[in-house]
Amino acid sequence: MPTKRTPRPQGKLPAAAAPRALVDHGFVPVRAKLIEVAAFLDRVERHGAADDFRCVALRTAAQVLLDGKPERARRILERLSDPTTKPDAVSTGKAALGAWLPSATVGVKVKMKVKVKVKVAATRR
Amino acid sequence: MRYIEPHGHMVSRTTDDYQAMITAGCQAVCEPAFWAGYDRSSVDGFRDYFRQLTEYEPARAAKFLLPHFSWLCINPKESEDLALAADVLAMIPEFLSQPNVLGIGEIGLNRNTRNELNVLEQHVDLAVKHDQLILVHTPHLEDKLKGTRLIVDLLRSHQGVKPGRVIIDHVEEHTIQYVLDQGFWAGITLYPDSKSSPPRAVDMLEICGRERIWLNSACDWGVSDPLAVPKTAFEMRRRGHSTEFVDQVLYQNPVRFLSQCPKFRLGV
Repeated sequence: MPTKRTPRPQGKLPAAAAPRALVDHGFVPVRAKLIEVAAFLDRVERHGAADDFRCVALRTAAQVLLDGKPERARRILERLSDPTTKPDAVSTGKAALGAWLPSATVGVKVKMKVKVKVKVAATRR
Repeated sequence: MRYIEPHGHMVSRTTDDYQAMITAGCQAVCEPAFWAGYDRSSVDGFRDYFRQLTEYEPARAAKFLLPHFSWLCINPKESEDLALAADVLAMIPEFLSQPNVLGIGEIGLNRNTRNELNVLEQHVDLAVKHDQLILVHTPHLEDKLKGTRLIVDLLRSHQGVKPGRVIIDHVEEHTIQYVLDQGFWAGITLYPDSKSSPPRAVDMLEICGRERIWLNSACDWGVSDPLAVPKTAFEMRRRGHSTEFVDQVLYQNPVRFLSQCPKFRLGV
C-alpha cells in the first residue's frame, strides 16, 4: 500500500510560521524523549531483554532517524508494521504488541529469539 | 473557540469531563459503540449498552448542555464470536431510529482475522441497507497498516458504499494519505501514548491538507485525554495557523461529515 505516495501539494505551512519557534518549543521535550529511548535500550540490555523482538524492531526502526531521508515518522511506522496482506485464520489475542512478530513464532521462547531477529530483518528488504 | 468531539466514549468518563469539555468550547460529542474492556456474555449485554448510548448518556450530557450522538455496532474485539455477532447485528435495527443515532460504528478490525472481516462486511451490508453513515476503527500499532488496507479493500469493493459517507478513524502517518486518496474521510486520534500526539496531528494537516479530516480524543477508560482536541488547537495557533484554520478542522469539518445524517442538528 503506502509505498507509492501521492505527490503532495506545497504551501500548506502558515504564512506566520517561525522555524526558530518550532525548535524553541519542541527541542527540550523531544530531547527528553530521545534520552528515554537511549535509557530504555540500556535498561533492556542490562536486564538481558535486548533480544526481545520488540527491542530488535525498535533498534532497527531507529536507524531511519539518521538516514537523511524525509518522512521518518511514516517510514518508522511502516517498519514496525505487519507486512503481510492476508487476514489471519485465528486471533492471537486481543492486544497488539507494538512490533510485528510472525505468528508462526508466537509462544516460542528464548531459543527462537535469534531466529525471530533474522526474520524481522528479512522483512525489511 | 468552538469544536466538536466526534469520538468520545463518554460512558467511561466522569461529569468533571463533561464540565471541562463544555468549558473548552465543545458543541457536541459523538459516542461510537466500543469494547467494554471485557467480552459481553450475551446479546442482552449489548441491548443494555445500546440503551445506555441512546437513552441514559444523552440525558446525562444534556445536564451539561452538550448534545450527545451515538453510533452502534459490535466492536471488532468481540467479533471472533460469530454467533454473538449475528445476534447483535440482528438487534441493531431496533435502535437505528433513535433520535441520537448517527450510523454504524465503530466497526472495523482489531487483529485482522477472517472472522473480524466477516463481521465487518455484515456491518457494512447493514449500513448500506439502512442508508447509515459508517465510522471505521483501524487496528492498533503493528496491525494498523495491514488492517487499513483490508478495510479499504472491502469498502471499495462494496458497490453500495459511498466513500464520502465513511470516516476511517485512527489514521497515522503511514495510512492517512492512502485513506484520503481512496475518497474516504480520515480521523486523527490524539492519545498520550499511542496513535497521534497534537504536534504529529498538526504535521499531518500541514502535509496532507485539511479537507476530509477530523480530530478526536477517543477518550475512554484507558489512558486518554478528553481535552486533547482543544489542546491541539493550541498547537495549531502556536505554529501560526489562523483561527479560520482551527475552526475548519475542529468544527466545520466534523459538522460537514456528520450533517449527512439528518439527525445531526446542533442547538441554536
